[in-house]
Amino acid sequence: MIVGVTAILVTVGIFIGLAAGLIIAEKRLANYGTCTVLLNEGSVVFEQLGGITLLSTLYEHKIFIPSACGGKGSCGYCKVRVLSGGGPLLPTETPYLSRVEQRAGVRLACQVKVKENIELWIPEELLEVKEYHAKVASVQSLTHDIKEINLDLIEPTEIKHRPGQYVQVLASSPEGPVYRAYSISSPTYEKNKVQLIVRLVPGGIASTYLHNLKEGEEIMFTGPFGEFRLSEDPETDVVLVGGGAGMAPIANIIYSIYDRWPDRHVNFFFGVRSTHDIFYLEEFEKLAEKHKSFKVTYALSDPLKEDEKWDGDTGFIHLSLDRRLAPKHRQQAFLCGPPPMIEAVTEVLKEKKLHDDNIFYDKF
Amino acid sequence: MNSTPVFVIFVASIFTNNILLASFLGMCSFLVCSNRIDTAFGLGAAVTFVMLFTTMIDYLIYHYVLIPLKLEFLSYIIFIAVIAAFVQFVEMFVERFSPKLYYALGIFLPLITVNCAILGASLFMVLRKYNFAQSTFFGLGSGIGWALAIALMAGLREKMGYSNVPARLRGPGIVMLVTGIIAMAFMGFAGMLKLQ
Repeated sequence: MIVGVTAILVTVGIFIGLAAGLIIAEKRLANYGTCTVLLNEGSVVFEQLGGITLLSTLYEHKIFIPSACGGKGSCGYCKVRVLSGGGPLLPTETPYLSRVEQRAGVRLACQVKVKENIELWIPEELLEVKEYHAKVASVQSLTHDIKEINLDLIEPTEIKHRPGQYVQVLASSPEGPVYRAYSISSPTYEKNKVQLIVRLVPGGIASTYLHNLKEGEEIMFTGPFGEFRLSEDPETDVVLVGGGAGMAPIANIIYSIYDRWPDRHVNFFFGVRSTHDIFYLEEFEKLAEKHKSFKVTYALSDPLKEDEKWDGDTGFIHLSLDRRLAPKHRQQAFLCGPPPMIEAVTEVLKEKKLHDDNIFYDKF
Repeated sequence: MNSTPVFVIFVASIFTNNILLASFLGMCSFLVCSNRIDTAFGLGAAVTFVMLFTTMIDYLIYHYVLIPLKLEFLSYIIFIAVIAAFVQFVEMFVERFSPKLYYALGIFLPLITVNCAILGASLFMVLRKYNFAQSTFFGLGSGIGWALAIALMAGLREKMGYSNVPARLRGPGIVMLVTGIIAMAFMGFAGMLKLQ
């Protein structure tokens, strides 16, 4: 009995001693002093206590670069160009970087630690990314698992984005806060609000959080991010293909286009399973009556049940696209939906003479 | 008490009783990290450092805490805790002063924790009833011996890169064979000194 107690005491005592020694060592050894972080040839300069990752340094100073995995090194989004002072390229980064990127000094910000003065280059528009506080204005169910969430911006009160860009919503989870990307579905001219279209993913952290939001609750997000670049040339036709919650960036693009170019040609294809999954169809049909150059096609992939009424297309959406789209060089395509859909649609678009550079997509 | 002179223990633990070549402890990192001579040197130095200090600390804890309290049975868990903590310390040290070595060693740096040669040195020290000075030099010697063995191996492997090794033997196979031959060469010294 006594031996047991002394054994436990001795073990605990020695462990505490070792831990204390390590803490002191960490204070001494892992202290890298203040380092200067220099962005884009000096357009932003700040001092940072060394020892932490570049990603958290940038977030601390309100520079929001995209990151979906929260710094675990598994998404490969947080790419920045390190011009000097980043240390050697790590084995954890190489899978996400092409040879060209490696030569240009591109690194994953979540893996680089700030230990000395460091010089970076990030795309100019990422410096424009801000952190937004917003209030839920309304939540509306579109289908059994898709909700439309309208947010009024509180601080800052305005957001400037290109059609098809996304924001990163901050959702709390048992393992700490996570950021998840959602496309903005409200058009670009509505500067004081942001609308999201969210499909509930079973077990999904952010989609569960967003689906449980009530009117008046506050929410935080960063943005805008995204590589979708709509051509400014009104003679360039636009093809939009989406499925499910892939509606979000597409709705934004459609309304933004018809606000600026009332006669621009837009071909919109939307794939759903059954009539129960259809939403926004009436609104788009109204828009098509107003703008003759707008064509909208919904297609059901599941066979019709007895109680369903449908006189539109059936079958997968890429088949509708193949039937209805005329081959043309000067058109841009924006796709948003599940990976198999994107792959099938990309193939059809290439047959229709679209160039790779003119096909933009979001896979999820 | 063991009456072997300190100097004999030191030389013997490097050559005749080399912890890697005579006792075959610490083989895993030896096999994997002996590709390049600079990495091998780095790991060897880190192991030597850890081994020297853990034998000293373990000696003090064993003789001044565990024996008076009759808690010798705790030695394994305490020794391993000391080694683990010390490796953490070395990791911080190396990351600070030699980031290149830090990335070259990669996962093998924290894995020194489970390098059996290090625990082996502490256990031999208890088994052979060394005093403090003897333990210190035994730890230092064993570390140098391990570093010597891995550096030799790395040198040979760098040369072997140019030789025509039969396909089936490439990699660990030929390393095992060569290790055996080096071990036999080291045993040629065995008659000179004896450790018990």
